[in-house]
Amino acid sequence: MKIHVKYFARVRERLGSDQQVDWAPEPGAATVGDLRQWLCSQSPQHAEALGPSHCLRAAVDQRMCDDDEPLSEGAEVAFFPPVTGG
Amino acid sequence: MALTHCHVAVQPHDFDVSAELDRLTQGRTGVGAVASFVGVVRRDALPAPAQGGAAPHALELEHYPGMTESSITAMAHHVAERFELDGVRVIHRIGRLMQGERIVLVAVSSPHRRAAFEGCEMLMDWLKTQAPFWKKEHAGQDSHWVDARESDDDALARWGEVPGGVRNAGGLDGRRTLP
Repeated sequence: MKIHVKYFARVRERLGSDQQVDWAPEPGAATVGDLRQWLCSQSPQHAEALGPSHCLRAAVDQRMCDDDEPLSEGAEVAFFPPVTGG
Repeated sequence: MALTHCHVAVQPHDFDVSAELDRLTQGRTGVGAVASFVGVVRRDALPAPAQGGAAPHALELEHYPGMTESSITAMAHHVAERFELDGVRVIHRIGRLMQGERIVLVAVSSPHRRAAFEGCEMLMDWLKTQAPFWKKEHAGQDSHWVDARESDDDALARWGEVPGGVRNAGGLDGRRTLP
């Protein structure tokens, strides 16, 4: 499935602001967490920027979500550090 | 009580606090209270540059265009319904800000003061951990991203259930659904 991935803040500095991916998840394994694991396998830079030590958050179609959020064709998924606005 | 007036803006330029508060009361016969919060770039928050340095200290704000406006607007409506607010105005700046500059305004109006105080505070507590902005501090040649604080998550948790609220400082891996 085609996913539009966006990155912000420290993640954007390492991976760029966004990328279009063509992802073929296993049946029943198409969540935000699954996508993140797959992205980590794409390059050492991805593994370092998206790894568990950064406590990253995610949004799907511009709504905050957690790792269990299911994904479908054409979704916009963003990964970013904890927010610090206000 | 339906929210009659909701204004949310994400912008690089400064705002006039007095004018914004006036907009919450103009023509509103039922409004008896206006409560507001203004966040400012602290003068002591930015570290001194390592060696002299001509560049002034600055705070740079990045955001997720589209999601900032829509999520703040949705939360403004939620808070307005919970506390029966008449109006909500939120302005959040982006880009490069200097020490002493205004960053954010949250202002609400209602018939009575308790709803106004609480609505303003809850909306600000929500914004600190759920609105997609990120701060980077610059001091001369040095810069670093500001870390999120668990105390801000605790502040939001005090308000009970929050739609779509996810704990911020722990991220996806240390996730605990609020509250």
